[in-house]
Amino acid sequence: MSYTTTANHDEHHDHPTGIMRWLTTTNHKDIGTMYLTFSLIMFLVGGAMILAVRAELFQPGLQLMQPEFYNQLIGVHALVMIFAALMPAATGFANWMLPLQIGAPDMALPRLNNWGFWLLPPAAILLTLPFTLAMFGIGDGAIATGWTFYAPLSIQGGMGVDFAIFSVHLLGISSVLGSINVIVTILNMRTPGMTLMKMPMFAWSWLVTAFLLIATIPVLAGAVTMLLTDRHFGTHFFDAAGGGDPILFQHLFWFFGHPEVYIVLLPIWGFMPQILQTFSRKPMYGYKAQVISLWAIGALALVVWAHHFFTVGMPVPALLYFMYSTMAISLPLAVLFFCWIATIWKGSLSFETPMLFAIGWIVLFGIGGLTGLVLADVAADAQYHHSYFVVAHFHYTLFAGGMMGVMAGVYYWLPKMTGHMFSERLGKLHFWLTAISFNLTFIPQFFLGLAGMPRRIPDYALQFAEFNAISTVAAFVLGLSQLIFVYNIVSCVRGGKKATDRVWEGAEGLEWTLPSPPPYHSFTEQPIVK
Amino acid sequence: MVMHFLKKAVLGVMMTMISLVAHAEYTWNFPMPATPMAADTLHVHNKFMVIVMIIFVVVLAIMIYSIVNHRKSKGYKAATFSGPSTKSQVLWTLVPFAILMYIDFILMGIPAYHSIVMMEDTKTNADMVIKVTGSQWRWQYEYLDGEAQGIKFVSNLTTPQDQIDNQADKGKDYLLEVDNHLVVPVGKKVRVLLTATDVIHNWWVPAFGSARDAIPGFLRETWVRVDVPGTYRGQCKELCGKGHGFMPIVVDAVSAEDYTKWVADQKTKLAAASAGADKTWTKEDLVAHGKEVYVKNCAVCHQANGQGLPPTFPALTGSKIAQGPIFDAGGKLLKDSHLDRVFNGKGVMPAWKGVLNDTDIAAVVTYERNALGNSVGDVLQPAQVKALR
Repeated sequence: MSYTTTANHDEHHDHPTGIMRWLTTTNHKDIGTMYLTFSLIMFLVGGAMILAVRAELFQPGLQLMQPEFYNQLIGVHALVMIFAALMPAATGFANWMLPLQIGAPDMALPRLNNWGFWLLPPAAILLTLPFTLAMFGIGDGAIATGWTFYAPLSIQGGMGVDFAIFSVHLLGISSVLGSINVIVTILNMRTPGMTLMKMPMFAWSWLVTAFLLIATIPVLAGAVTMLLTDRHFGTHFFDAAGGGDPILFQHLFWFFGHPEVYIVLLPIWGFMPQILQTFSRKPMYGYKAQVISLWAIGALALVVWAHHFFTVGMPVPALLYFMYSTMAISLPLAVLFFCWIATIWKGSLSFETPMLFAIGWIVLFGIGGLTGLVLADVAADAQYHHSYFVVAHFHYTLFAGGMMGVMAGVYYWLPKMTGHMFSERLGKLHFWLTAISFNLTFIPQFFLGLAGMPRRIPDYALQFAEFNAISTVAAFVLGLSQLIFVYNIVSCVRGGKKATDRVWEGAEGLEWTLPSPPPYHSFTEQPIVK
Repeated sequence: MVMHFLKKAVLGVMMTMISLVAHAEYTWNFPMPATPMAADTLHVHNKFMVIVMIIFVVVLAIMIYSIVNHRKSKGYKAATFSGPSTKSQVLWTLVPFAILMYIDFILMGIPAYHSIVMMEDTKTNADMVIKVTGSQWRWQYEYLDGEAQGIKFVSNLTTPQDQIDNQADKGKDYLLEVDNHLVVPVGKKVRVLLTATDVIHNWWVPAFGSARDAIPGFLRETWVRVDVPGTYRGQCKELCGKGHGFMPIVVDAVSAEDYTKWVADQKTKLAAASAGADKTWTKEDLVAHGKEVYVKNCAVCHQANGQGLPPTFPALTGSKIAQGPIFDAGGKLLKDSHLDRVFNGKGVMPAWKGVLNDTDIAAVVTYERNALGNSVGDVLQPAQVKALR
C-alpha cells in the first residue's frame, strides 16, 4: 500500500478553552484524550482497591478490614478495571486512531461521541459513591457480590447494588453509543481507495468489538433491570419461591460476560500486529487469516457463555456442547498467534518499549489462553472453578492480555499524540518491573488454586500462607511500578524530544503521514489509498 | 543483554513449572485424591498441563530463536513475505491448526467426555443418599436413607473469633474446623443432593474432586465415594456474603463398623434431645443452653452482645420483637412475634425450624428475652415449640 497526503497546519476556529473545551468538545482527539485519561485514573483507583485486598491477604487472620468491606473491594475492583479502565482505554484508542488510520476528518457522530464520554464519570461516581456514603453512616457500602451480581446474593444486598445497577446502565449506554459511532465511521468514512480488505487491522478488530457490544450490552442491561425489579418491585425472575430461577441470572449475565472478555481484548488484537510489523520492519503476516479469525472469535464468543458456571449442574449434552465449543475458540486464536509470530519471524527486529510490551504480551497472554483451554475441561473445571487458579488465569488474560496490551498501545502512539518522545529508559524499566512482578504475583495464585484455596475469601487456612505472602509483596511492586508509567506519560505530554511524523522507523499507515501531534482536523486534504 | 535476561527469566519460570508437574508434588498440585473422581480429575489435569506446556515451550522457543537471530542490531535484513503464497506453504501453515484440532477434540476431548459421564452418573449403584443444605454461613446435613436415615445436624465453624482477630495463636486447622463432621462409610457410593436456603453456595472438598452449587429452591446432585479413610476438609466456594470464608466442610470417612457405631451414637443423642423436649425446663437451664445455641448460630449476624450490624442485621437488645408477646390470648402463635421470626424466618433471617430442635429453639428464644440486655422475664418451654410442628 502507498499513500498520498497533504496535511496543512491547523486552521484555528473559535474553540472554547479551559474546562469548556473539554465539556463541549466534539473533536475525536480531545474525546480520545479524555477517554484515555479517565482510563488511567480509574486504573489507579482500581489498583489501589486491590492493593488493600492483597494487604489483607498478606497473612492469615483479619488485620485491616472486615469481610463486608473486603467483599465490596473485590467486586468494585473488577467493575472499575473492566468497565472504567480497560473498555475506556480501547474506546480512547478508537477515538484517537480510527479516523487517522482510515483517513477520516473525525468520527461520524461527534456529538454522540461527546455524550458517550461524559456518561462515564457519573457512572464511575455512582459505582464508588456508596463507599463514601457508608463513611457518613448512609447505607452499608458498595456492592458486595463480586462483579457478577449473582442473584439471590444481589437481591439480599444493600443499596450499593442499586448504585451498581444504575452505573452499569450508564456504562452500557455509553458503550452502545460508542459502538454505533465506530461502525458508522468505519463503514462510511474510509478515505477513497481504502477498501474493507485494505483497512488497518485495528479498524477490523473494533468493528467486531462494536458488533459484540451491540449484541450483548442490551442483555446485560435487561438482566440488571430484572434484578432491580426483583429487589424493589416484587417480581420473582430469580427467586424460586415465585417461580423464578437464580441460574437464569447467570445465563443472562454470562451471555454478556463472556463476549465482554473479547470486547476488552479484540481492540488490542487489532493494534498489536501493527506494533509487531512496525518493529519488525516487515509486512503483517496473514492479514486475511487474521480478519477471518477475528470474526470467527466474535461469533464463537456469543455461544460459549455457560462455561463460566459448569458447577451449577447442567445436563450432560449441555456440558459437552459448552466444553467443545469453548475448545473450538482455541483454533482461530491459534491462527492469530501464528500470524503474530510469523510477523516477527525473519524481520529486522528492534526492541523499543512498545515492542517489549508487545513481545511480553504474546508470551503472557499465551499463558492465559492455554490455561483457558484447560479450564474448558468440565471435569477438571470442578476443581479450578472459583479457586485461585481461575483468578490467576483471568489476570493473565485481562492484566497481561489486556492492560499490558493497552500499555504497548500507549507507548506506541504517545509520541504521535503528544509530539514528544517519552523516556525509553523509564519505559523499559516500567516493562521489566511490570512483567516480572506480574508473574510473581500470579504464578503463586495458580498453585493456591490447585491446593484448594477458594477465591473471594477474606481469610484463609494456614497452608496457603506462603504463596499469599509472595503474591502480596509482588502485587505491591506491580502497583508501584505503574507510577513510573504515569510519570513517563505526564513528562511526555509536557515536553521532551520532538517526535518526527513517522516516529518509528518501520511505522506504516495513514496516522504516521501526519505531523506529530496531528492538526486539530487531521487531514486538510483527503488522502488517497492506492 | 536485556533479551538474555528475558530468556533466563522466562525459561526459569518454565523449568520450575515443568518440574512441579513432573514430580506431582501434592503441595504444588491438587491434593492427594480420595475418590475415583478426584483421581480422574488429577490425571486429566496433569495430562493437559503437560500438553499445554509443550505447546507453550515450542512456541516460546520459536519466538526466542527469532528474537535472538532476527535483530536489526545484528544487521539482519527483513524478509518481505506477508502470507502463505505457495501451496506447500499453505499446507505447512495448516499443520499447527490440525495439531490443535487433534489436541482439542481427540487428545483432550475424548478423556473429558468419559470424565463428564462418570461425574454426572450419580445414581448407578449408589449406596446411600445425603442431603446437603447450605445456609448463611453453615452447612446442614441430613441422611435420607439406610441405617442412618433420619439423622440430621448442623455443622458450624468452631475456630474462635479471637484467632481470626489475631488475638490468639491460630490452630492447626484454622478456619477448616467444624463442630459436627459429616461422616460417611469408606468405599460406599454416596449420592449427594444439594440445596440452599438463602443464596447460592458451593460444596467443595478438593480431595473429592467434585464441586457442585447449592441453589435455593432447587436440588442439584453429585456423588462421592471415599476410598481412603481419613478426615477431609473443604470450603464453600461460591461468594455467599460476609461469612463466605467461614463455612468450612469437614468429612470423616470411616470403616463400616465405625460408621455403625457413629450412627448408634447419633440416634441416642437424637432420642435424648426429643426426650428433653417433653420435660419442663427451669429458666436457668434454658438460658444456659440458649447461650450455647446463640453463640453458635446467631452471633455471626446479631453479634455476641446482641447489638447486631444494622441495617442488615438488627440489634436484639431492646428489640420490639424480642421483647414483645409470643402467643395471643388464645395461645396461638402471633405473626411476626419473636418465636415466629426464629421459627419461620423472614427476608435475610433464616427459618430455624428445620435446623434446630425444639429444645434449642425454646432455649435460644428464652435466652434472647432474658439476656443481651433484655429482661422480659418469661420462659418458653420446648413443649410449646413442639406443639407448633
